[in-house]
Amino acid sequence: MVPELGHFALVMALLLAATQALLPLAGAARGHPAWMAVARPAAAGQLTFVTIAFACLAYAFLTLDFSVENVAHNAFSQLPPIYRFTATWGSHEGSLLLWILLLALWTVAVSAFSRHLPRDMAARVIGVMGLISAGFLLFILTTSNPFRRLDPVPADGADMNPLLQDPGMVVHPPMLYMGYVGFSVVFAFAIAALLAGRLDATWARWSRPWTTAAWACLTMGLALGSWWAYYELGWGGWWFWDPTENAALMPWLAGTALIHSLAVTDRRGSFRAWTVLLAITTFALSLLGTFLVRSGVLSSVHAFATDPARGVFILVLLTLVIGGSLLLFVLRAARVGPGGTFELLSRESLLLVNNVLLLTAAGSVLLGTLYPLFLDALGFGKISVGPPYFDAVFVPLAVPLLFLVGVGPAARWRGESLPDLARRLRGAALVSVVAATVAVTMLDSWRPLTGLGLFLALWIAATAASGVVERVRRARGGWLERLLAQSTSFYGMTLAHLGVAAAVVGVSLVSGFESEQDVRMKPGDTVPLAGLTLRFDGLSRVEGPNYLAARGEFTVVRPDASTFALRPEKRLYNASGMTMTEAAIDPGVTRDIYISLGQPLGGGAWSVRVYHKPFVSWIWFGALLAAAGGVLALSDRRYRLRRQGAYRGAARSACSETAATPGSA
Amino acid sequence: MSGRLGQVGQARRAGIPAPTGQLTVPEVENRADRGKRARVGWRGACGRLCLALSLLLPAAVPGGEARPLVDDPVLEQRLARLAQDLRCLVCQNESLAGSRADLAEDLRREIRALMRAGKSDEDVVAFLTARYGDFILYRPPLRAETWLLWFGPLLILMAGGAGLFVYLRRRTAQRVPQVSAEQRRQAEAVLGLQPGGPEQ
Repeated sequence: MVPELGHFALVMALLLAATQALLPLAGAARGHPAWMAVARPAAAGQLTFVTIAFACLAYAFLTLDFSVENVAHNAFSQLPPIYRFTATWGSHEGSLLLWILLLALWTVAVSAFSRHLPRDMAARVIGVMGLISAGFLLFILTTSNPFRRLDPVPADGADMNPLLQDPGMVVHPPMLYMGYVGFSVVFAFAIAALLAGRLDATWARWSRPWTTAAWACLTMGLALGSWWAYYELGWGGWWFWDPTENAALMPWLAGTALIHSLAVTDRRGSFRAWTVLLAITTFALSLLGTFLVRSGVLSSVHAFATDPARGVFILVLLTLVIGGSLLLFVLRAARVGPGGTFELLSRESLLLVNNVLLLTAAGSVLLGTLYPLFLDALGFGKISVGPPYFDAVFVPLAVPLLFLVGVGPAARWRGESLPDLARRLRGAALVSVVAATVAVTMLDSWRPLTGLGLFLALWIAATAASGVVERVRRARGGWLERLLAQSTSFYGMTLAHLGVAAAVVGVSLVSGFESEQDVRMKPGDTVPLAGLTLRFDGLSRVEGPNYLAARGEFTVVRPDASTFALRPEKRLYNASGMTMTEAAIDPGVTRDIYISLGQPLGGGAWSVRVYHKPFVSWIWFGALLAAAGGVLALSDRRYRLRRQGAYRGAARSACSETAATPGSA
Repeated sequence: MSGRLGQVGQARRAGIPAPTGQLTVPEVENRADRGKRARVGWRGACGRLCLALSLLLPAAVPGGEARPLVDDPVLEQRLARLAQDLRCLVCQNESLAGSRADLAEDLRREIRALMRAGKSDEDVVAFLTARYGDFILYRPPLRAETWLLWFGPLLILMAGGAGLFVYLRRRTAQRVPQVSAEQRRQAEAVLGLQPGGPEQ
């Protein structure tokens, strides 16, 4: 009964999504207020029904209703309740439902916070989001119904993939999807502006906080995914250039470019057409990511070709969305004025260079991810594009980009003289070169890339600090007053850049200095590791709720003879018979100690892998800082003020975009 | 029932010790299976397991420094470097260096043997690609059909750079009349703003 209710709720949601799309869009085009007024209630109704559907699926999982195919394939009687719940989005069908649920949530958030927008603009934005939602609901109902029943009902389920039975997987997918789906908001704003033919700076101001919010979510989602891979896959890598990772990285790179380009359009009115194009690109890459991961095309082109219903549907959806919006762009963008002027050397032009570098990176990831698929589909045989390729492409792009992170915020809008800029950056350059040299000489061995990475990180940190100092010095009042006088969006930007610096420190040091030992250990054996001594005390048997495990008991002895324990496990899952390696990690600020159990070698001995990973946690800490910077920028007073008298304010700033606005923040 | 027996075998192969406290009993009730109970023979396993478990008492065994898994660390480093750029063919997307799959284990052993026999890295790679094709290489070889893959990023960058250059030239050429520094200072004074400088 409950699954049928869920199925019915999905059908209702599709009808409401279609209503939410068609009536408001038509109403906005024909100036029909009553039709436009349908947008908000339809969005609220759609969210209600999608929530009901999601709750029904979650209920089927929690109560282990194995008559539902999706539950039978992804759950097991011994699966702990928390993973029964997360199994709701562990499968293809469930994750699509999560996608749709989050889209409905974003839509209702937009409809709640868009009261200050002109009526037709709000109607168009909500309408476009309704169109996207209708497309996905149609997809799930026709090809991926999560409520399909099984007959006969199996006695037990096949269990969730053990890799996904992990706390990280509770938060990672919703966070990642919040980011993916969140980019639909800026996309909807861009399309609404194109439809209205009002491609002024106001749409950029309206969509900027939404984009920042989506970007912060995607940043956290990516970081959580990387952290999960690090501790769960058992060999301590933090990025694998796996196609599923690349699928999430591409919209992140484009979204990062978009945030910067939106800043220019918002503040100076320039690059309007470019920013719209970027908004379309970013969301298109989000859709492409969903397509790549969900169509099965990644695991095998041929599997995709033999069961093409799903893949072809997403491909058609993708073509319609991208093709339609690009067509609209071509028809409307020509009418866009150039916006504020700027010099060859200015913050605007530096931000354009940032965009070129970030998009080249996104394009390269796309190329490397799709190339093997195309070669295979065209009959040229199978090739692998892996870390050596991506490293070779990424490092040369990252170096100038990271250098510019230091230069960009120091440059003035409109125009800048090179000697002035150099003078302002002199101190930071000196500090970072000296500090990097000192740091490198303190390290055991000289590695050029590590040195360069440390220099760039210090350069970003030093320029960020000098940026704060300079702004505070120019403000009036006591120092606390001066600090508080700066906008939170300035601090948000600074924090996000410091996050980048922290992540660069982590990446440079861990790739340059991590060490790995593969040893054979009998109980009582020891391994020296970075000043510590690791002792293997033996094995114990652990019975988990749905697995059986051998747990290695390790004692780590510090130089002062104090000790702590580490307990890596080798798990055998009951339903699938899969063995999983659960690493044991002692995390630290300057290093992680990472142990994973290998194979029994007979005679009580085990092969054991021991890693020393210097500064690896800085990578995720940096991502956390960057996301926190995004949240801080969101809380900027400008967005809150806007809510009261805001349309006028936004319109005014759009008109006065060529006038200098120094000191405002 | 056969599933349960299979699982016990798997548990043994995975090196999971038998439940403690019941070791002397040859018939051990498997506690993991909470619903339907099955009695399973551990007799065959007991010899090895008892030996393994007698080693569980750490204090009794004076330990030495653990030996590296392999005898030749130099060769092993060479193998690790090489295997990092090779794909484990049966895994989702893992390198030969990181994978614990049986095939990866076998291939590593094979590469080790080739290296011991004095083969160069190139020889090893040639041997592997002859047997498994280019799919095993994470660094695709530069050929006619991979030309676009390798030079694509540079092309994108050059196209982007050229587009940027043309755009900036056009933008700065059609510049509107500029306010002089003096005018700007006056305007700022009138507006009560602080003199210019970088602004967020």
